[in-house]
Amino acid sequence: MSAARFARAVTAVAVLSLALTGCAAKNNATSSGAGSGPTGPVNLPEQTALPVPGDAAKPAGDGKAKCSGVTIAYAGAESGGNAQLGINIYSGIQLAINKHNTANPGCQVAFKKYDTAGDPAQAPGVVTQVVGSKDIIGAVGLPFSGESKATGGIFQTGGLVHITPSATNPSLTTNGWTTFFRALGNDSVQGPAAAKFLTGKLKAKKVCVIQDDSDYGIGLAKETNATLGGSADTACSDKVTTGQKDFSATVSKVMAAKPDAVFYSGYYAEGAPFDQQLVNKGFTGVFLGPDGTKDTAFVKQAGAASSNAYFVCPCVPGELIPSFAQAFSAANSGAAPGTYSLEGYDAATVLLKGIDSGAVTRPALLNYVKNYNADGLSKHFQWNSTGELANTTVYGYKVQNGKIVFVGTV
Amino acid sequence: MSQQEREAVHPLTLFLADGNSWINFDVTSFKELFWDNTFNGLTYGAIYSLIAMGYTLVYGVLRLINFAHSEVFISGAFAVYFTLSYLGFGGADPGLSPVALVGDLLLAAVAAMVVSGIVAVILERVAYRPLRKRNAPPLVFLITAIGASFAIQYIWYAFRGANAESAVIMFVPHPVFTVFGTNIDDQQITIVAAAILVMVVVDRFINHSRFGRGIRAVAQDPDTATLMGVNKERIIMITFLVGGLLAGVAALFYVMRVPSGVQYNGGFNLGIKAFAAAVLGGIGNIRGAMLGGVLIGLIGNYGQTLLGASQWSDIIAFVALVVILMFRPTGVLGESLGKARV
Repeated sequence: MSAARFARAVTAVAVLSLALTGCAAKNNATSSGAGSGPTGPVNLPEQTALPVPGDAAKPAGDGKAKCSGVTIAYAGAESGGNAQLGINIYSGIQLAINKHNTANPGCQVAFKKYDTAGDPAQAPGVVTQVVGSKDIIGAVGLPFSGESKATGGIFQTGGLVHITPSATNPSLTTNGWTTFFRALGNDSVQGPAAAKFLTGKLKAKKVCVIQDDSDYGIGLAKETNATLGGSADTACSDKVTTGQKDFSATVSKVMAAKPDAVFYSGYYAEGAPFDQQLVNKGFTGVFLGPDGTKDTAFVKQAGAASSNAYFVCPCVPGELIPSFAQAFSAANSGAAPGTYSLEGYDAATVLLKGIDSGAVTRPALLNYVKNYNADGLSKHFQWNSTGELANTTVYGYKVQNGKIVFVGTV
Repeated sequence: MSQQEREAVHPLTLFLADGNSWINFDVTSFKELFWDNTFNGLTYGAIYSLIAMGYTLVYGVLRLINFAHSEVFISGAFAVYFTLSYLGFGGADPGLSPVALVGDLLLAAVAAMVVSGIVAVILERVAYRPLRKRNAPPLVFLITAIGASFAIQYIWYAFRGANAESAVIMFVPHPVFTVFGTNIDDQQITIVAAAILVMVVVDRFINHSRFGRGIRAVAQDPDTATLMGVNKERIIMITFLVGGLLAGVAALFYVMRVPSGVQYNGGFNLGIKAFAAAVLGGIGNIRGAMLGGVLIGLIGNYGQTLLGASQWSDIIAFVALVVILMFRPTGVLGESLGKARV
């Protein structure tokens, strides 16, 4: 008897609550809904051409190189949550090495991969192993700032030159390491570039800067705020936490301030639900994220709301360099180059050119990289004494029809 | 209002531990956003309440804090994700007719309740029952609960990876009416109304049904209840099942509000807050869990606006918890699942 009453009550609750949902949905039919085109006030057109240095270094060289028993290593994520970035990078390296070995029968360079899972706790053991292998004379990695910070000293002790294709934390070059080289611009370039992009091309007069609690997010927000100056409205700035999914209070704050744009300084795991919740509340401005958010996972997790999203990234759109994109696809069963594939390719090219020039010991190759001065496909490579590049460019991207496309340099 | 004006009006500041920023009590924003925060807090509070009831029911009957309840919840969220994906929901507003939408959501709700219920019952069978049979001390139960929580998390991790699932958008919220200058959207109405109805049903179930009487009897005195003919093991299983079903309902509403919230460890933060809600209301007390959930939702929202950063949300909620427990050590409504007043 009471069980039957209970069952009836449960059914009634379920039907009632969902009936409410139904009424709700009817209202939506009249609203504009989530379209596929950008909803922001500014719509930068997609760019499909990228200027490439004409005399960019090629991994193939002149085909006359002589060497034996030398190895280049990749150390970085092959598994774990951020594995995709690592796969993008080592596929680029593999392509450079294949090109080199095909063209130079007298110099077959071996390639070894070491998996750190992107984890600062696992990386030191892995890098110790890399440094301990005597045949390895140069390395590409590590991809992330945290693991790079944990392992730079080990490379230094082993005198092993390594070029990171993607770690952007500015402090990495302040440790006195002489074996560390960075193949892209750091966050003290990216932050001001983000600010310039917002107030320039995106025509934002009032920006809300939201940062997460990571070293990356805090540092980048500081750089961005400094350049934005008065355009950054402190009344709607907010600090969120890693792992947060409920941004309702932050969204209310932003909506009350009515900014032209929101800059989210952090990673896609929080940036995507935040953008989605902003758009759900009726935000029509631009959402800008840094390289930590430029990932197809952002588009998946934010859904249709991501159509207002723009990104800045020190990464070069490798898919727009036809010769590189075609060779990459051919070597990777049709896959297009991913974020940082080109940086991996260029970093490996620098090391291969060194080997071809006869620098086949660790000290010789380190010395070669230190004095390197030539164009790569992505940019001009010439490092200062700390391992930073002199001039770097930041690239703008946006979401268009569910894909991330290039919109020109910042 | 400029930053200077704000500081002039509210000069009370605290020095923050990191040494380079100050906490300003942002009373202006607090006033401006009061009703926004209230309604958002109620919405999330309703979700916390539904999860908190699972903690409180199990605690009432077994004196066990079931830390794996957050994973019971996230398993339901995965069920919502799979059901809705199968039905063709994705990143864009599907724009379904009301009847179709109600049907689909009902299906997702049932799937979530079934999965969460099954996970909760399996958890009881596999993790807790063997310990009860061997009369394990309470500490062993606690450690087992934490272990079970990780185990379920990493089963999902192995199965679905580290990234959150793609968004499944049920419908895009649309303002229905305005209260105190704040738009109330249809999702908020749906979640709060449905949660209240579920709570009424659970309350009646506990107080008026035969199983509810059994649950209260076991909570009050397991041995006497057994002597009176109550099947204790069966009651324990039903308690876990009810907790699981409620977590399943919560999962549907959570995914409605956060379409990309389905992630192997996505239940953790919510679980901690819901547990705090259960303690705040008086652990073991079903009405206390309902009230506690709403209070945690509201306090977190008010606190983060007042202190100027979203990062304060959890801190302020737990400080409030500590303060309230100082004056009412058994929570706002007291521990009383077994008592007559409930």
